Amino acid sequence: MDIALAVMRGTFVAHRGRTLVATLAIALGVALGFSIHTVNRSAIAEFTQGVSTLSGSADLVVRGPADGFDEAVYAGVARERDVGAASPVVEIDARLPSRDDTLPLAGVDAFRAAAVTPALVGRGTAALDLLRDDRIFLSPAALAMLGRAVGDTLDVQAGTGVATFTIAGTLDAPAGRRLAVVDIAAAQERFARLGRITRIDVRVRPGADAEAVRAAIAATLPAGVTVTRPDETAALASRMTRAYRVNLNVLALVALFTGSLLVFSTQALSVVRRRTQLALLRTLGLSRRRLVALLLAEGAAIGVAGAAIGIAAGYALALALLRTFGADLGAGFFRGDAPALDFSPPAAAAFALFGVLAAIAGAWLPALEAARASPAAAIKAGDDESAFRGLASPWPGVACLVAAAAIVALPPVGGLPLFGYAAIALMLVGTLLLLPRLARALLSRVPPLGAGGASLALASLRAAPGQATVSLAAIVAAVALAVSMAIMVASFRESLATWLDRVLPADVYVRAGGAQSSAWLDADDERALASLPGVRRAEFMRVLRVVVRGDEAPIVLLARDVDRASASEHIALVGDAIDVPADGPPPAWVSEAYADRFGAAPGATITLPLAGRETAFTVAGLWRDYARQTGAVIVERASYVRLTGDARINDAALWLAPGASADALRRAIDERFGKDRLTVATPEEIRALSLAVFDRTFAVTYALEAVAIAIGLVGLSATFGALALARRREFGVLRHLGMTRREVGAMLAAEGAMVSAVGLVVGLALGGAISLVLVHVVNRQSFRWSMDLHVPAGQLVAFSLALLALATLTAVVSARRATAGDTIAAVREDW
Amino acid sequence: MIRLDGLARTFAGPPPRPLFASVSLDVARGEIVAIVGESGSGKSTLLNLIAGLDVPDAGAVVVDGVTLSALDDDGRTRFRRERIGFVFQAFHVLPYLPVGANVALPLALNGVRDAAADARVAELLDAVGLGDRAASPPRELSGGELQRVAIARALVHAPAIVLADEPTGNLDPRTAATIVALLRDTVKRRQATAVIVTHSRAAAAAADRVLELRPDGLVGI
Repeated sequence: MDIALAVMRGTFVAHRGRTLVATLAIALGVALGFSIHTVNRSAIAEFTQGVSTLSGSADLVVRGPADGFDEAVYAGVARERDVGAASPVVEIDARLPSRDDTLPLAGVDAFRAAAVTPALVGRGTAALDLLRDDRIFLSPAALAMLGRAVGDTLDVQAGTGVATFTIAGTLDAPAGRRLAVVDIAAAQERFARLGRITRIDVRVRPGADAEAVRAAIAATLPAGVTVTRPDETAALASRMTRAYRVNLNVLALVALFTGSLLVFSTQALSVVRRRTQLALLRTLGLSRRRLVALLLAEGAAIGVAGAAIGIAAGYALALALLRTFGADLGAGFFRGDAPALDFSPPAAAAFALFGVLAAIAGAWLPALEAARASPAAAIKAGDDESAFRGLASPWPGVACLVAAAAIVALPPVGGLPLFGYAAIALMLVGTLLLLPRLARALLSRVPPLGAGGASLALASLRAAPGQATVSLAAIVAAVALAVSMAIMVASFRESLATWLDRVLPADVYVRAGGAQSSAWLDADDERALASLPGVRRAEFMRVLRVVVRGDEAPIVLLARDVDRASASEHIALVGDAIDVPADGPPPAWVSEAYADRFGAAPGATITLPLAGRETAFTVAGLWRDYARQTGAVIVERASYVRLTGDARINDAALWLAPGASADALRRAIDERFGKDRLTVATPEEIRALSLAVFDRTFAVTYALEAVAIAIGLVGLSATFGALALARRREFGVLRHLGMTRREVGAMLAAEGAMVSAVGLVVGLALGGAISLVLVHVVNRQSFRWSMDLHVPAGQLVAFSLALLALATLTAVVSARRATAGDTIAAVREDW
Repeated sequence: MIRLDGLARTFAGPPPRPLFASVSLDVARGEIVAIVGESGSGKSTLLNLIAGLDVPDAGAVVVDGVTLSALDDDGRTRFRRERIGFVFQAFHVLPYLPVGANVALPLALNGVRDAAADARVAELLDAVGLGDRAASPPRELSGGELQRVAIARALVHAPAIVLADEPTGNLDPRTAATIVALLRDTVKRRQATAVIVTHSRAAAAAADRVLELRPDGLVGI
């Protein structure tokens, strides 16, 4: 019989409950991480597959701004020597009357598309339908979304009017992809895009060098038009969402970390309880190395069991997340896509390995301590606190905190705040390593509590800060992470609310559509809006997406009715605006995200591709923008119209005359333009919607926070129960000496309250420090958003009181067994 | 001082096993009685019944005029707190309290604090020869010294009764003899009544009366 295996088996059988709790904690961490990864992976894979399918045999894609570029570019591209086939496309976000969402619509030349992107060629009964200007082809997903069938009609808003199509057939689009296709001439004529296209799909001649063709094409393109490979589109989408995905993955890893702490608690207490048994094994001849291996194997066994459960649960959770939050997990990047879940064995193996490693990491320190103990001393039952003497040195903890301070401000790596995450991890680990000292320091400041159970509780904790650490570790980590997230989210929400108040000064806002929408307002519409009864003042804005660098996501250009003299009243400037000379390039106000991406500062000159030409602007100021993560630039609309000749508008801001009402204006707009042709909203409605979107985006974050807290409480419960069991003899002595069960319970409640209070104090302080890193480093580097720190004091006080009460109750309930009848007999137990 | 009337108790098991069917005993005030018997005969259980830590299946336990079996658990606990002192085989000194605080525990439970408690503690530590060790942590004491601390703790609140369960079980013969003498001396000096459960002849010899616990009751030897 292998003694070591017998000891392990005996341990798991004797401590079934705590082992199960630790296993489930690891399982939960693995499940969360794997489910989030699986959903993200499936969404990206679906998107990539969709792009690939729709790209067909295209080797290159020429793209320009959202409002298109001169179709003459197509002729030049098609004539390139090594271009085998080229297919022009007009891409439009089709606004559908009485619906909030849009339908991606492509205008294609069916003959050219058949050679390059056959998925964009409609499948119907009549071939000539492909050329008719009143026929449309929908993907199966689009048909399902709209509740239509082949032969039905479909209205699409064009400007403020309506273009009616007959559904002539379907598309061979990827499953779940919503898409519509019309003839390219129909798209140009019916949606006022005459002479303009937005994309050219290019197939290179067989045997030709695609990169050489790419370079040749690029040399002929006007400013703002780029040529890329189709897979770069998917890669770009992946990069745009990477920060959000990584953030969620980090939160899931936090849950795993808390599970690891639970394993530490379980193993540490188990080693303490078995100290004399393990010392006996060492005395009988078990080597130090074998003892460490035995204890690490116990941790690994918990990890393997937890990981197996976690992977299975993670897959089920991924299905539930997809159903509840969608493929974008609330972020809004892949809204509308309904991917199938993609199970990846390598990813499953990786997360399972994380779980096992987390469990082994939790078992590491107790294993080292057990091996370090002298068998001769340890075999005498007595001072269990010496098992934690390894935590006495402050230097590892201090080193972690110093390292955190050194790296926290380092720049992002590949757009990710890796040093910020590492600093947070070091702050956590460093504080946990210093917990015995922190606990001792805090407990030494507690005033005398009389001569009763509370005094005994305090004496017990002061004498054994190492054992208190075991209870504290999980709760400190959970509290710190919950507090830091609460402060970060509150800061973000408050900053967003303040920003909304600043950027929505008008009384009513009108939107025709987004940058690439089928709906827009022209000059006549502009005059009509401005002269509606009840309108005192009107400002208008044109919204475009433009490509500044070919390999980067496009930025948003906002051409607004703003003048340089009063910009600070209209724009949420960060810092002061500078005066731009009248004889120099016109002013531009760039968002913080734009400045971070492209390195612009007030006074610098930037160029933007407008109407096929690079046009210089002077940066007049930086502004905070929470609406556009890729960056935005505001220019004077007068300058924009002068440079481009584009007088369309997307948005209008209207100020009411005295005595006028928003409802009356809304009715007047409906009457003038048609009901539901334009989106009309008050600032209050926009604010409410924005904050609802914000809350939805952070719903997954809130859920992960709650999980971390739950794991921390479970950890506290498990360790309290374990400690109470280990102290049954002590309770038996006290019962013999005349302490009633209730008084023993009160003593344990006092211990629970004191431990929880220490955990709260340390967790709050650590959480506050981590929140600074989240606000000023992680969020800034991930999303390029600055925000003002806002501490939700009321929320934190309520949370602290609730946690204190819960933790105290948990301590009493989980220790109840220790005050049961067999404590009387426990005084006669040997070990 | 202590009267046991026809006590019966069964060991819960499994399987259930009767320990004794009818035990009766009268212990006079100031008397030291030793109870011996085979392992598993129920000696410690009998001690628990006297202490109110357990209730008999039949019979009555009357201690210092109080019928313990008529009290609830809290009542028996308060009685025990005020009037009984314990000495255990394994000492059971709390490791996180210094010697003085360990001795003071029964006083703390009875609400006696500060100067009054300090004086009593000092007196008892002197009586057991540990007057200069009040501030020492338990881990610095030997087994014999720890048992002296336990004896001091058992008497600090001037209990009427001292119950000792194998007080010399973990000690070498020489130390055991010292402890037995000390226990007898301090009990007698304070006119307490003592019941000692023991396997040790030396410990039994220190008693005024030695009884053997058998299934049919206590028999004098």
